[in-house]
Amino acid sequence: MSHSPQRRSPPDIAAGRVSADGLRANFSDLHPPLTAHEAVVEADRCYFCYDAPCVQACPTGIDIPLFIRQIQTGLPQSAAETIFEANILGGMCARVCPTETLCEEVCVREVAEGKPVKIGELQRHATDRLIETGEHPFERAPETGRRVAVVGAGPAGLSCAHRLAVNGHAVTLFDARDKLGGLNEYGIAAYKATEEFARREVEFVLSIGGIEVRTGTALGRDIHLGDLVRDYDGVFLGLGLGAVNALAAEGADHGESRDAVAWIADLRQTRDLAELPIGRRVVVIGGGMTAIDAAIQAKALGAEEVTIAYRRGQEAMNASAYEQELAQTRGVTIRTNLQPRRVVVEDGSVRAIELERTRLDADGRLAATGEIVTIEADQVFKAIGQAFVPEGCSGGEGEGLALEGGRIRVDASRRTSRAGIWAGGDCVAGGEDLTVTAVEDGKIAANDIHAALSAGQQQAAE
Amino acid sequence: MADLSTNFIGIRSPNPFWLASAPPTDKEYNVRRAFEAGWGGVVWKTLGQDPAVVNVNGPRYGAIHGAGRRLLGFNNIELITDRSLETNLAEIERVKRDYPDHAVVVSLMVPCEEEAWKAILPRVEATGADGLELNFGCPHGMSERGMGSAVGQVPEYIEMVTRWCKTHSRLPVIVKLTPNITDIRFPARAAKAGGADAVSLINTISSIVSIDLDNFAPQPSIDGKGSHGGYCGPAVKPIALNMTAEIARDPQTAGIPISGIGGVTTWRDAAEFIALGCGTVQVCTAAMTYGFRVVEEMKAGLARWMDEKGYASIEDFRGRAAPNVTDWQYLNLNYVTKARIDQDKCISCGRCHIACEDTSHQAITAMKDGRRHFEVIDEECVGCNLCVEVCPVEDCITMERISGTDPRTGKAIPETYANWTQHPNNPSAAERLQFAPEPVVADAAE
Ligand SMILES: Cc1cc2nc3c(=O)[nH]c(=O)nc-3n(C[C@H](O)[C@H](O)[C@H](O)COP(=O)(O)OP(=O)(O)OC[C@H]3O[C@@H](n4cnc5c(N)ncnc54)[C@H](O)[C@@H]3O)c2cc1C
Ligand SMILES: Cc1cc2nc3c(=O)[nH]c(=O)nc-3n(C[C@H](O)[C@H](O)[C@H](O)COP(=O)(O)O)c2cc1C
Ligand code: SF4
Ligand code: SF4
Ligand code: SF4
Repeated sequence: MSHSPQRRSPPDIAAGRVSADGLRANFSDLHPPLTAHEAVVEADRCYFCYDAPCVQACPTGIDIPLFIRQIQTGLPQSAAETIFEANILGGMCARVCPTETLCEEVCVREVAEGKPVKIGELQRHATDRLIETGEHPFERAPETGRRVAVVGAGPAGLSCAHRLAVNGHAVTLFDARDKLGGLNEYGIAAYKATEEFARREVEFVLSIGGIEVRTGTALGRDIHLGDLVRDYDGVFLGLGLGAVNALAAEGADHGESRDAVAWIADLRQTRDLAELPIGRRVVVIGGGMTAIDAAIQAKALGAEEVTIAYRRGQEAMNASAYEQELAQTRGVTIRTNLQPRRVVVEDGSVRAIELERTRLDADGRLAATGEIVTIEADQVFKAIGQAFVPEGCSGGEGEGLALEGGRIRVDASRRTSRAGIWAGGDCVAGGEDLTVTAVEDGKIAANDIHAALSAGQQQAAE
Repeated sequence: MADLSTNFIGIRSPNPFWLASAPPTDKEYNVRRAFEAGWGGVVWKTLGQDPAVVNVNGPRYGAIHGAGRRLLGFNNIELITDRSLETNLAEIERVKRDYPDHAVVVSLMVPCEEEAWKAILPRVEATGADGLELNFGCPHGMSERGMGSAVGQVPEYIEMVTRWCKTHSRLPVIVKLTPNITDIRFPARAAKAGGADAVSLINTISSIVSIDLDNFAPQPSIDGKGSHGGYCGPAVKPIALNMTAEIARDPQTAGIPISGIGGVTTWRDAAEFIALGCGTVQVCTAAMTYGFRVVEEMKAGLARWMDEKGYASIEDFRGRAAPNVTDWQYLNLNYVTKARIDQDKCISCGRCHIACEDTSHQAITAMKDGRRHFEVIDEECVGCNLCVEVCPVEDCITMERISGTDPRTGKAIPETYANWTQHPNNPSAAERLQFAPEPVVADAAE
């Protein structure tokens, strides 16, 4: 029996499904800030471990036992200084890091009792205290007279620019978008960075001074790599991933079969969420953090049925168990071993998605079974991964940058194949595509640029 | 940023945090690590005559733990260094040479004979060390041999030995006092009389931390027996603060430089000792519990607090609390307070109520309008602070000064200061015409 159009309920994409109060509740802080009392009680749980496992697990190597001890002794601002010394975006990381697979996973109290010290929440407690004072914890070294171009003002670029500025270099920070912050501003789930934290954090980072900002300026369009290399003493690229992987399925390019990252960016930039339309039934394709975020936020906007469809088993999903659970407790259905075949479009509207059931064959490879499952949908969001757009970096004088697996190849110091150009964050090969690793990349590159410029200075002086 | 550097009786150090004479300072290896970790100075583990003493070969430490096995009090039966004098002196010399800007003070304990001191002093001086600390404090083992606290408990001996050291050495002399004495002012006065440049306190307090109930042996036990040890760590800080204050406000010793010791674990503890007049603080248990790294918190915390308060240097707040330590009889009896419970913070555990109900003044409700509710009854509250201290939530109960009429007594509260010296209930008050003024101790150093 074939599905006739009449038997489906009419397409339904509408704004204002949830009351203002409901939206406020649905998009409120995922982890409300700890009260002073909660922070002290939690800080008391830390053992001040030697060579602490949590520090080893933090990509930026924050001295966690020290900052927790500083909270315990009543000086959260000192704690914040300890954090910012290792990670200038410690405030955002405290909100978005998957701590359950980083520091908190290896906390000795997780091992001992299954209850790690809430490192992320304590980190937020400390950094909030300092940021709200409006003071900046670092002072710039005297001007070196050296100029560095940083392209891309996401976590990688901001981190790099800040550390270069601390070291006295003059930084020009370019970004194609109107707002700085990269995915902190355009990608992170709204309930993880409430109250315009991304914007406030950018202000905090820039308050070091010595960073000139040029928004709306795209590499490859308004500025060119060859010029930057010529005009600056060093160039850092933190371009992120500009493209999304295409879904090879019929109908997948329909207007309501959207790229999840772009949709989240719209959501993040919508002032009044009551005006943002959402389907009554939404299907999200993918198994990573973006899929989870898209699904949860679709639900929060009032979608009745939200389904994540992932082509492998649940254990293979990139999203952590904690995130999967978060989605499920918020009413998202996770269906696995389903791979998209066709987005069903009728009368110009998305009506459903057809997926084919998969299984692992004897060699552990994904195989199609031929069985088709149809899920009714008014909107389909594609969250099947992003890709690097190398165009901007290949042009200009001289050879393009060497790529590896479609992303920029870098060495341990984040140097690219071209002298004078460093890169980091999502746009480089071998990364983990996390905010915190992007911050670390920017920091490593800045340290290396600083070392290179200082060495150059010495040579020049000799 | 605040300047933490100190100049204590001519001994300079980059910060006031010194490691006390104890295992953390027993070897070159440890001391180098300590300086690298950021400590401002060390008092080397107490040296004695050769042949070196021996330590027990079984457990020498015991402890009292709080929740989460947090170490609150620490007990030891360790003696002075058990390594040869030769070895220690050679190491001190090397360390001092490599760390000229850090304080290296040498702790000494030899028998109470002038010749013994006369012999060791020049050898210590030859190392280039910055000063001497006389260990008159060790309460176990050494005291049985007429040294340590056996000397520290006899003011005449303190004075005598101090004088020998001042006579036979040009190095500044710090006398380390034992708390195992009734009135700390007497040994402090004796040290001063003997010419001491400074005192340091406290050494450890005689203690037994626990008894093993299976074999009825004190802990730590050596083959079924135990002997009392010396107690230190966070638990002893209040005793040390009081003794420090006693010396700071005794007219005979006021102004003598003090190195504060006893339970210093955080920046705040250190700031408190300094506020009472100490020029440096010394730390043992906190380092032994957490490693040398704890000093980072101490330094950063002290500097930030000083920045917030606008103190540019240690001297800017040193001794500020000393004038506020007074005798009970001079406390203002017209200062009337009531407990206040912040209902938003209260978690309704009931501890304040039962503490007040069973053991104090029945001044906190448990029920109001048929519901569990904790509220202070001003008519009964004497402002004792018990509830504040037993409440598990910080700042949930606070003390508020009231004026006007005290609902408990129904009497008007005079706005003037009035103390016990002229209270009608004081039998000797009638003889006085006016309040005895609170004596002011002049800082002899000023
Ligand atoms: C939806 C979503 C949710 C996520 N959630 C989390 C999370 O919860 N936790 C977590 O740790 N990570 C999360 N991530 C990953 C994280 O956001 C990224 O790893 C991180 O932002 C990478 O930082 P970046 O600086 O490399 O790149 P981006 O943040 O992407 O910043 C790149 C910047 O470069 C600019 N740019 C790009 N091309 C050009 C050009 N040609 N010229 C000039 N400027 C250019 C862009 O405008 C942008 O501002 C999420 C990612 C997505 C997509
Ligand atoms: C194991 C141990 C050994 C000690 N040995 C000495 C010593 O040799 N000489 C000395 O003057 N004090 C000695 N002390 C006392 C410490 O220097 C210090 O006065 C005391 O521990 C109080 O400080 P704290 O609370 O920071 O530990 C020792 C303390 C401990 C715990
Ligand atoms: S592992 Fe856990 S207990 Fe240990 S230092 Fe880190 S947060 Fe503290
Ligand atoms: S602390 Fe070290 S030396 Fe002491 S008993 Fe334990 S292992 Fe042995
Ligand atoms: S002790 Fe504190 S928390 Fe408990 S009932 Fe009293 S006021 Fe409330």
